[in-house]
Amino acid sequence: MTFLQAYWWLLISVLGAILVFLLFVQGGQTLINSSNSPECRKLMVNSLGRKWEFTYTTLVVFGGAFFASFPLYYSTSFGGAYWLWMLILFSFVLQAVSYEFRSKPGNLFTYRTYDTFLFVNGLVGTVLLGVAVGMFFFGGEFTVSRVSLVGGGNPVISTWAPTHGLEAITNWKCLLLGFAVFFLARTQAALYFINDIKDARTFGVSTRVSVLFNGVTFVLLFVGFLVVLFLQSGLRVDPAKPGNVVPVANIYLHNMIDMWWTIPVFLGGVLAVLYGVLRTAFSNSWNKGVWWSGAGTVAVVFVLFVIAGFNNTAYLPSLTDPSSSLSVYNSCSSPYTLRTMAYASLIVPVVIAYIWITWRKINAKPLTIKEVDNDAHSY
Amino acid sequence: MYELTGTVDWSRAQFALTAMYHWLFVPLTIGLALIVAVMETIYVRTGKTEWKGITRFWMTLFGINFAVGIATGLILEFEFGTNWSNYSWFVGDIFGAPLAIEGLFAFFLEATFVAVMFFGWNKVSPRFHLLSTWLTAIGVTLSAWWILVANAWMQYPVGMKFDPAQMRNVMDNFAQVALSSVAVNKFFHTVTETWCIGAVFVIGVSCWMMWRGRNRQACLRSIKVASVVGAVGILGCMAFGHGSAVDVARHQPMKLAAMEGLNRGKIGTELIGVGILDQKAFDAGEADAVKCKIAFPGMLSWLANGDANTFVPGVRDIIEGVSLTPQGDTLNTVPYTERMAMGREARTALETYSTALKNGDKAAADAQLPVIEKNYKYFGYGFLESPEDAIPPVALTFYSFHIMVILGGYLLAIFALFVVASFVPRFGKWLNNKFVLFLGMMSVPLVWICSQSGWVTAEVGRQPWVIQDLMPTGVAISSIPTSSVIVTFVIFAVLFTALLAAEISIMLRQISKQSRTDIQEVSH
Repeated sequence: MTFLQAYWWLLISVLGAILVFLLFVQGGQTLINSSNSPECRKLMVNSLGRKWEFTYTTLVVFGGAFFASFPLYYSTSFGGAYWLWMLILFSFVLQAVSYEFRSKPGNLFTYRTYDTFLFVNGLVGTVLLGVAVGMFFFGGEFTVSRVSLVGGGNPVISTWAPTHGLEAITNWKCLLLGFAVFFLARTQAALYFINDIKDARTFGVSTRVSVLFNGVTFVLLFVGFLVVLFLQSGLRVDPAKPGNVVPVANIYLHNMIDMWWTIPVFLGGVLAVLYGVLRTAFSNSWNKGVWWSGAGTVAVVFVLFVIAGFNNTAYLPSLTDPSSSLSVYNSCSSPYTLRTMAYASLIVPVVIAYIWITWRKINAKPLTIKEVDNDAHSY
Repeated sequence: MYELTGTVDWSRAQFALTAMYHWLFVPLTIGLALIVAVMETIYVRTGKTEWKGITRFWMTLFGINFAVGIATGLILEFEFGTNWSNYSWFVGDIFGAPLAIEGLFAFFLEATFVAVMFFGWNKVSPRFHLLSTWLTAIGVTLSAWWILVANAWMQYPVGMKFDPAQMRNVMDNFAQVALSSVAVNKFFHTVTETWCIGAVFVIGVSCWMMWRGRNRQACLRSIKVASVVGAVGILGCMAFGHGSAVDVARHQPMKLAAMEGLNRGKIGTELIGVGILDQKAFDAGEADAVKCKIAFPGMLSWLANGDANTFVPGVRDIIEGVSLTPQGDTLNTVPYTERMAMGREARTALETYSTALKNGDKAAADAQLPVIEKNYKYFGYGFLESPEDAIPPVALTFYSFHIMVILGGYLLAIFALFVVASFVPRFGKWLNNKFVLFLGMMSVPLVWICSQSGWVTAEVGRQPWVIQDLMPTGVAISSIPTSSVIVTFVIFAVLFTALLAAEISIMLRQISKQSRTDIQEVSH
């Protein structure tokens, strides 16, 4: 693997990890209707409404970065698993307008409709993004033949199963990861509310029960996923001839052991998530849980991406034709493009810096119902 | 032509639907962002609170529009993968880069600072808030830059070479991709056009409020800013539009011929002002297929080549191999039948090359490389069945181009009118005239029609190419059932229409409600 291939897979891993953390916005959207109090709902919506664009933007950048660095994945997965990706996109379209429109006079569909849109995005967006990531480990039913481009008739280089992504949505292994992501997002949202909203616990916006119920459910699902993942077979790729693949039992467990540094990062991440959840659940005043849990989430998801694509592993195994499987070797952009994009990516620290500065300025004081009521731009 | 013809047609319809809806919202976002930034600058520099009220009024409308543009933009980005998977591989090495850079350099900028714009009034200093507003305006403009670089590259593919082993094009010069004359002209033409849209929106809404006798002072102040932005915008739009037309003459002569309904060119080709295209006469190859026309002799030659006595080829000339040199002289180029033969030769050589490579016969594979290199320039023509397949829909291109030009002229007059009325005291009374106010209001739909017509010209006029000369749209497709695309098309059509209706409804209610209060007194 060249330095640039490794660099871009790592960057994709970081972006994917940050995206999963930011899905707390989607998780929070599924919690809005859990409260009967209009004030609580208003606080939750306005708290999330100030962050939804970060998730949205990260999703767009994640897609763009994948396109630029691994275009064969973009071509094969998006064009093949059509329904999976379309359902994800539909849900995000619903989200984009719902915050801005829900409380505005003349919105045609009432605020209940927009809140339902937010719930749909929270459920569908998290579960199906989890399913899409699940395909990195559990594969897809596709073939790739570049020479088709110059043949007659159907010139398309990749073909997918006739169900076009619906088979992934009904794959229990992918769904296991999908629902783990869903409950993780809800857990993070409960922690985020406690951090962002003044007196969230006493006000009833986020409760110990909410943190514990979602946190424990997530942990159970995630442990189940890990068991399945470590028992899963995968494909080892010959870097010189990426079409030559060999099935390997327990490949992801082996990858973790082979890349020993992933183990402390992974375990550290898991412990950080557990610490953030448990301390928040059993404290009446501590509100930093979302940062611990968020950092842990980023670490764990990062490692999952790394063991999916590093160590000569096919990151999108083909269940139909193993030699069509995608790896960083056969799906990446040219060295020139990867290098050019690598220079462009040096802006990332600047981006992180200004996001951090503005986040701190806007979130200097926890949100209150008085502030929401007095804000002309409240949702 | 292909097994996936239905999928191609519906995918084109879906992409066109998404792009056209996207372009209803985004230009208002870009144009209004600039106007709001100018207004807030006046507030911060003068300290006059009435400007703060005015800024916040337009910022509220900006916020309502902002989200829908983001929603449709997300779909556009991912549709390259979902519906155009062959394209995504064939040129993803080049095309993906601007999209990724757009996200890194522009989306985060606007997403971060728009939150400060909306929620930071009482949380950050006025100067930091102003900086955030400007950074949002810069962010949305930078976003336009990169997406237009990507679009321009499809129309003028430079900075790349073909890699037969990978069966794709790879980038070899990023500067050529990002700074080609097509990209530069397209960007400035488009961005200055968004200034016009933002300006017309502000003028139109202000005229409505004055018509109803509300907030006259705030409206006059708003019109002052908007008319200047609009006047600069329309002048820039015309100048860079001319640059774009010259690019089209150089690199997409077939599109220029379709824009003018030109079957046969001549020395001193006329420019059609208005006219009716006789499709039957055009299809029959008649030299003069535009009837009832008002035309300007020699003008098209002058616009394309800077000299009224030069040749501009028509559709038939181009097919037969008569085109234009970079200097504007007549040139016998490769006829389309020959291009098609060369394209087919490139395809066959590539197939042989791939098979030989697969069988480990490197010598046989290498033997094909010179054939591929010689013929690759016309690779896309190898997919065409007849030279006529290379002609875009002429009537749609012709009418959309002329609607854009006529409305562009109208907008120039409107902005001139409002600049004079706003800045020359003795003409200030014009703004009491109901007809002038009516013109201001009526311009709102017209500016959008103008803008959409421009994009129809650009995108329909370049058919059948998704990448000029290299890949016809039909070959760019994903292998998905037509029924799936029909379903998603219908869902998108319903969804986007509902969102547009909701946005217009909210906008109207918001304008109506706020105009009943003193806009300049808004203090929260």
